[in-house]
Amino acid sequence: MPDATGLELIAQQVRENVADEAVTGTMYAREQATLEVAPEHVREVLAFLREAGEPWENLMSLHGCDYLPEEPRLGVHYQLLSMERCDRLCVKTRLGVDDPRLPTVIDLFPTADFQEREVFDMFGVFFEGHPDMRRILMPEDYEGFPQRRDFPMGGEPVLFTFNEGKFPRWYD
Amino acid sequence: MEVTRTPVDAGDLRVRQLRAQQMLRGELAGKDLDEFVEERLLFTTLETAQNWARKNCLFPLGFGLACCAIEMITVIGSPRNDLARFGAEAIRFTPRQADLLILSGRVSIKMAPIIRRLYDQMLEPKWVIAMGACSSTAGMFNNYAVVAGADKFLPIDIYVPGCPPRPEALIYGIMKLQDKIMGTPDMGWRERYRAEGTEEVE
Repeated sequence: MPDATGLELIAQQVRENVADEAVTGTMYAREQATLEVAPEHVREVLAFLREAGEPWENLMSLHGCDYLPEEPRLGVHYQLLSMERCDRLCVKTRLGVDDPRLPTVIDLFPTADFQEREVFDMFGVFFEGHPDMRRILMPEDYEGFPQRRDFPMGGEPVLFTFNEGKFPRWYD
Repeated sequence: MEVTRTPVDAGDLRVRQLRAQQMLRGELAGKDLDEFVEERLLFTTLETAQNWARKNCLFPLGFGLACCAIEMITVIGSPRNDLARFGAEAIRFTPRQADLLILSGRVSIKMAPIIRRLYDQMLEPKWVIAMGACSSTAGMFNNYAVVAGADKFLPIDIYVPGCPPRPEALIYGIMKLQDKIMGTPDMGWRERYRAEGTEEVE
């Protein structure tokens, strides 16, 4: 991971080369460098990082996250790896929960194909420009996005003597 | 049915064979025929004979779902547990030839229609064993991806608890299934609490 100073340098480069408002913040915690990016600029930032002097040319992971009490709720993380720097960088963006949309990065990083589909499947983030944006893990007629935190647990409550009054019993 | 075996010497065997031959030709009559029937024939109903044959040649479907499948394979496939003792070791890998489906593992909602189709493809008579906590009740997977109990979409004959069940437990379940096939199902807790006759019939 770049250290805190290195992260600030990267953030400054991004501000100069992409847009001033593209970087909304930086976070350096537990030796992990995270660049927080505005969702409308995430594609340009990733394109810039991929082409920069010592490029971050590998997308190791693209995944979603739901920070329920916080707003905006959803997050999408892009974990980048640079073989030249021997270093990793996390690019993070935050989205609201109604109609979350992001530009696809499938033309920059082909590995993003299935991972964007998974984020769509589990969190409902729609990636614009993706050639095949449909569910990947859940059945195609499934309703809802199961990894969101407000999604009901599902299954059936296990009955014990302390909670059997709370749930309707099988013979009721 | 109790069977006792006594050693037979070769001369006796020849005599018996000849008498059986005569009986089939209709040459035995009177006291000889009475004696032959008393000694050599066993009367039963066709259903009992059929069930006896069925329970002793169960063909399990070669079908595993999750971690219980490993345990299931050691039971139905390994000489150590030797399911051949109960006549159920011939694993069939097509549902058309199998008559016992062992649901070994959690049933995910994407797998449920496939299992239902396999079950529908099996020929009658067919039986299902839910092996382990997951296929019986979803077990620890209380979430969006797993069906809470395979009995939501399949009729299940035997539930074997455990996570995973011991091989003995699965063999015990298969023996209970054999009792059920014979038409004398185990009453389980009903027997223990003397609650027979209270079964809910729809």
